Amino acid sequence: MSNPVLVFIDHDRGAVGDDTRQAFAFARACLPDAAVAAVVIGGDTTPAVTGADTIWHVRHAELDDYAPEAWGDALHQLAAEVTPSAIVTTGTERGNEVLAHVAAIADEPFAANVVAATPGAPWQIRRARWGGSLLEDATLTAVLPILSCALHAYPSDPSTTSTTSTTSNPNVAEFVPVLQPDAGRTRIVDRVQVAEGITLTTAPVVVSGGRGVGSEEGFAAIEALAELLGGAVGCSRVVTNQGWRPHADQVGQTGKRVAPDLYIACGISGAIQHWVGMQAAKQILAINLDRDAPMVTKADYAVIGDLHEVIPAIVDEIRRRRAAT
Amino acid sequence: MSALRILVSVKRVPAPGAQITLTADARAIDARNLGFTTSPHEECAVEEAIRLVDTHGGDITVLTVGPPEADEQLRYAISVGAHHAIRVGNEEIASGEDPDPQATARAIADAVLALEAEAGVFDVLLFGNESADSGGFQVGVRVARALGRPIVNGIKAIDIADGVLTARRECDTGFEVYRMPLPAAVGVKEGINLPRYATLPGRLRAKKADVQTIDASPPRGGLATVQFATPAVEVTETVLLGTGADAAGAVVDLLSELGLA
Repeated sequence: MSNPVLVFIDHDRGAVGDDTRQAFAFARACLPDAAVAAVVIGGDTTPAVTGADTIWHVRHAELDDYAPEAWGDALHQLAAEVTPSAIVTTGTERGNEVLAHVAAIADEPFAANVVAATPGAPWQIRRARWGGSLLEDATLTAVLPILSCALHAYPSDPSTTSTTSTTSNPNVAEFVPVLQPDAGRTRIVDRVQVAEGITLTTAPVVVSGGRGVGSEEGFAAIEALAELLGGAVGCSRVVTNQGWRPHADQVGQTGKRVAPDLYIACGISGAIQHWVGMQAAKQILAINLDRDAPMVTKADYAVIGDLHEVIPAIVDEIRRRRAAT
Repeated sequence: MSALRILVSVKRVPAPGAQITLTADARAIDARNLGFTTSPHEECAVEEAIRLVDTHGGDITVLTVGPPEADEQLRYAISVGAHHAIRVGNEEIASGEDPDPQATARAIADAVLALEAEAGVFDVLLFGNESADSGGFQVGVRVARALGRPIVNGIKAIDIADGVLTARRECDTGFEVYRMPLPAAVGVKEGINLPRYATLPGRLRAKKADVQTIDASPPRGGLATVQFATPAVEVTETVLLGTGADAAGAVVDLLSELGLA
């Protein structure tokens, strides 16, 4: 039996996302013989994260809200005590940030965007690079291997659910790190809420517009369709560069990664930089004038035509059918 | 308000959307017919530095670890408003080798210390959140750790007042706010601003600007490229639902099937 693998749990004040399940899937795929030890940093309540064999609850006054430096210090100290066979997580913003801190403190390599990994001396890994347009085969030579998987590269196991609750869990162990007085200097000090309800990364449907939308006003029909479907509006990079939509709506390599049940791509050609942001969608519907556009040829469903005619017609048809029932 | 000394770390990368081909042995990308640019997050970091100096005064040093061709990206930064350009490298880097993240961070940290010994501490170090080509998510964190400076990644707004840097990071429902004492480091994300274009006088200034070179031979880190591969192209049977507005019925049938309409 090898040493346990530590899985960093990205949570915001106790709330976890699907990325936690992906992290467990990644850990078990890499190290099937190792015990999976979830690491939950911060919070008063004892977390119950299902999907792990054991849980480390890391507690300290400086750790209660997210603080990248202090969380990195704490995880590094835990690793020094446990000597895990690896530290892994999913490549979320916090996942990559905390593991980068641990790697920097330990002066160990850190492999991000991993899509395949085989332990050994050295580890053989495969990483997605250039936004997924190329794969890199690499070796990872480390005393403490540190890896994050690319988002959605390891489908989550539906049998594991990740929640935090107040129920006591027999497999929880506490760890209290020793932190420097200024370790919490990068803590979150405030939050500004902009969106409520459905957000781009959690919406079951994303209706997304590209260059073909043509203007800021052109998004009115896309917004109407998204609202009817209980979805969110997304866009491509050219749209934010034109100032038609805020950058927060951008899907792609330099924007958000989404994995909705349905992605409706309107007037988006489907360059690789956009594709990597939405390729995890379960179904893709492309609406485009060009039947040879990559988005059309890679989509599950397509409508060839002018989105300015097609989308209002879809909106009307949905309203007509709803009125009839 | 005191003037700011800002250093921006940038990387030369293949232009987004470029068709990348590999060398015959697949150990490197074939750069011969490739367009290059500044990695997008870092282009925004340069713009943010210019805006901070417009507000507070000060000067901007732009630094890259890269081959002589990367002077093109340094000169771009000068053309839009940076003041000093530094290229860090050695023979291997000059011949096109992309150093691993640990080696890159050591080279940058050593160069920053050397520059600071000459002309004083940089109040702000700006990095891109991750490079467009390598996507390592770590060089800025490693440099900041080596220098003992606070750093937060993923930043989409920066304000500086009274020696404190306030940074906003986008999250699913809005923004998280961080406050750090200067000197500090920040990993910037695209969307923090829209970078400006160079003016003609700016381009002339950039053409004449000196690029200072610093030799660095940092030890290699533990991540080493073996070869590259092109991902398999997924073949999808696309179901055509129709053309133009007439397709609306078929689309709504599909939406109903998926339980959405």
